[in-house]
Amino acid sequence: MAKLPANEVLKECVDGEMAMSAADIQLDDQGRLRHFIAIEGLPRALLTQILDNAERFAPVGDRTVKKVPLLRGRTVANLFFEPSTRTRTTFDLAAKRLSADVLNLNIEASSTKKGESLADTLRNLEAMQCDMFVVRHQVSGAAHFIAQQVAPYISVINGGDGRHEHPTQGMLDAFTIRRHKQDFTRLKIAIVGDVAHSRVARSNIQALKILGVPDLRVVGPKTLIPPAIDAMGVTVYDDLDEGIRDCDVVITLRLQQERMQSALLPSAHEYFREYGLTADRMRLAAPDAIVMHPGPINRGVEIDSAVADGAQSVILQQVTYGIAVRMAVMAMILGSQAQAGAA
Amino acid sequence: MRIRIHGGRVIDPASGHDAVAEVWVEDGQILSLGRAPRGLKADDTFDASGLVVAPGFVDLGSHLREPGFEHKATIEREARAAAAGGFTSICATPDTQPVVDNAAVVEHIVKRAKAARGARVLVLGALTVGLDGQLLSEMHALNAAGVVGLTNLDRAIKDTVVLKHALAYAASAELTVFLQPEDYWLGRQGQIHEGAVSTRLGIPGIPSAAEVIAVQRDLTLAAAVQARVHFSRISAAESVKPIADARRRGQAVSADVSLAHLSFTVDDIGHYDPNFHVRPPLRAASDRSALRKAVKAGAIDAISAGHEPHDGDAKAAPFGVTEPGMSTLDTFLPALLAQVAAGAFDLPTALAAASTRPHQILGRDGGRLTPGSVADLTLFDPACRWQANGETLHSSGLNTPYLNQTLTGRVVATLVGGQWAYRNFSPV
Repeated sequence: MAKLPANEVLKECVDGEMAMSAADIQLDDQGRLRHFIAIEGLPRALLTQILDNAERFAPVGDRTVKKVPLLRGRTVANLFFEPSTRTRTTFDLAAKRLSADVLNLNIEASSTKKGESLADTLRNLEAMQCDMFVVRHQVSGAAHFIAQQVAPYISVINGGDGRHEHPTQGMLDAFTIRRHKQDFTRLKIAIVGDVAHSRVARSNIQALKILGVPDLRVVGPKTLIPPAIDAMGVTVYDDLDEGIRDCDVVITLRLQQERMQSALLPSAHEYFREYGLTADRMRLAAPDAIVMHPGPINRGVEIDSAVADGAQSVILQQVTYGIAVRMAVMAMILGSQAQAGAA
Repeated sequence: MRIRIHGGRVIDPASGHDAVAEVWVEDGQILSLGRAPRGLKADDTFDASGLVVAPGFVDLGSHLREPGFEHKATIEREARAAAAGGFTSICATPDTQPVVDNAAVVEHIVKRAKAARGARVLVLGALTVGLDGQLLSEMHALNAAGVVGLTNLDRAIKDTVVLKHALAYAASAELTVFLQPEDYWLGRQGQIHEGAVSTRLGIPGIPSAAEVIAVQRDLTLAAAVQARVHFSRISAAESVKPIADARRRGQAVSADVSLAHLSFTVDDIGHYDPNFHVRPPLRAASDRSALRKAVKAGAIDAISAGHEPHDGDAKAAPFGVTEPGMSTLDTFLPALLAQVAAGAFDLPTALAAASTRPHQILGRDGGRLTPGSVADLTLFDPACRWQANGETLHSSGLNTPYLNQTLTGRVVATLVGGQWAYRNFSPV
C-alpha cells in the first residue's frame, strides 16, 4: 500500500475500497514505524525489532550520563487528556534520555473543560511545531483519530486510549518476559483480573499472540471478562487455580475501586479471596514463574504483598524496562522520519 | 394537469403488476395503469424508456433537524433531498428544539415543509414531554395537529409504568406508537454491538438482549392496553420471532429495519470509522442475514432510511464521542438495489417494503398504482452509475459511508401528488 496523507487515508477508509487495518496507518511505505497506535496487526519482525532496540537502549540508564544525542533538536509533546503519573514520567524520561525537548501538557484540566473540541486542540498544538505527540485519552480510538488528524510531519504514540490499547506497555511487558524466558513460543501465560476494562490486557494479548505464545489465558469472573474474547486467541478461565496452573508468567491487572459500585463485583474482600494472587496460589504455577503487574498495585486486592515484593515479582523491572522500550519506539519513529526527510 | 408516463417498467407491488406499461396521472391521482384512456390527450409526456416506474418511497423516521439544529440540516433542503432520492413522503422525527410535543411545533414544520416543494413531510409527535420519558405529551392536541404517530425515538423510557400509560393513552387517542426498542440500562453505556469487535476495540457494547428484552416487554404492555405499535429499526435476529408471533396472535404490530442494518455489520466499523456509528448499533453478519430473510418473508414489514444528517464536526472526534446516525436519503435507492442484486429479496419485495407497506403502517393512501390512488411515483434508472460526492448528494449531511463511492441506480424523477417534485435530465 502506498503511503497517503492522513486525510487521504480517511477518505480511502470511507470509500471502503481499502480494508483499513491498524497497521496501515502506523507503517510507512517501507514498512517502518510512523505512528505507534496499537499492537494489533503489526508484523512479528517489527515487534522483535522494538525489543532488540530496547536491549540496546537499556544500558543507557545504568550510565552516569544517562543521555544519547539521537533526538537532539526534536520536540516531543506529552498530551495527557487523562491523569497519569507513571506513564507520563517514563515517556518524559525516555524522550529526555534521547536528548529531545519535552513539553508536558495536562489537557484534561485545561481546554476540554472550556469546551474546545479535540480537533481544535490538535490544531493549536500543531502550530507549536512539535515532532511527536504522546497521547493518553479516556476514549477508545482517540489515538487513532489523532493520528488521522495531525499534519504529516507529526508522529503519534498512543500512551493509552480508553479500554483499547496501551501499546508501549504491551511491548515493555513483552520485553520483561523475553529477558526472563527468552523463547515466546514455549510459554504458558495467564492474564488475571479486570480484562474487560483493561487496555493493558488488550495490548498484552495482541503482542504475545504475534510473538508466538502458544498458551495464552485470561482469568477472571465473567463480569470482568469481555464477550467473545476467545476471538483474540485466548482461553478463558473463571477459576484462578486452573487458570495459572503451570504458567510461566502471571500478569495481574489493577482492579479499579469503582468496579465495586457498578455491580461487577460484590466486594474487594471477596475478589481477593477468589482472584487475589497469593504465595499459596503461585505454587500452582511453574516453579520459576514470574509475576508481573502494570501498576499501580492494590495490595490485598489483586495481589498479596508477599507476592508483589517476593522473589518471583518483576514488577519494578517492568518500570525500568519501560523507559528503554519507549526510547526504542521514539527513536525508531523519529529516526525513520529523519531518514525519509534526508532522502 | 394530465401526465402520460410511457415506456417504463411499471412495478406495482400492491397489484403484482410488473411490465412495461403506460401510467396516466390526472389531478393528483393515478388515472390509469396499463392502457391509455381512450380519447384523452396529455398535457405533459414523460418517456420512461429504460426506467422503472414505482410507487414513491416513504421514510418512517427522518431527522430533519429543524427547528433547533439548522447547522445540521433544514426541512427545505432535506425534503428536496428526499424527493431526489425517490421519496414521496418522509416522517419527521420529534427530536427538534423545541421538541415536537405540542401542536405549535407540528404546525411550524408543516408550514416549512409546504414551502419546500419536495417530498411530503409527515410529522411524528413526541410520546413524552421533551422526550424525557416522564410526562405524557398532549396526544389529542398532537393528533388534531395532524401527527401520523408518536415516538420517543432512542430515548429509552426507563419507567415501565410511564411506558404502559403512554401506550394506553396513545391507544385512546387512536395513534400508533413508534418504538425503537431498547432496555435503558443495557443500552445506556454502549456504543456498538457487544461481541468480538467491541471487545477488540475496547468500546462498550450494547448486547442484542437490550433490544430483545424491550421488544418482548413492549409487546406485552401493548397487548395489555390494546395499543397499536410499530417497531422502528429492528437490529437483532432474535427480535424477529416475538414480533411475528404477536402478529400471528392477532396483535396490531408492525416493524421496520433500516437499510443500513441490511447493508452493513459491526465489522464495517473497522478501526473506529464514525460513519458506522448508528443507533441501534450495526450487529453481526448473522443478524443481518436474519433481517434480510425477515424482509423477504414479510415478518418485517418495511425498510426505512432512518435519515440522520449531521454537520462535519459531529463526526470529527474519536468514535465514542461522535454523534450516532447516517445520512441515507440520497443513497437509499442504490443501496436497496444492491440488496436485490445480492439476492436478499426481489425488486417487487424491496419496493413493497419501501413504499406499499409503510403507507399501510401509516394508514395513508399511496404506495400503489391503483386508479384513484394518490399519484406518488418514483422513476429510476436501475443501471445508471454515479459517484456520491458533495456535488451529487442533495442532503446537507455528508455523513455517509458511500461518500466518494460509485453507486448503481439513480432516481430520475419523483412525482408527489401528481406534481413533479424532482426531475433530473428529463426529456420533456
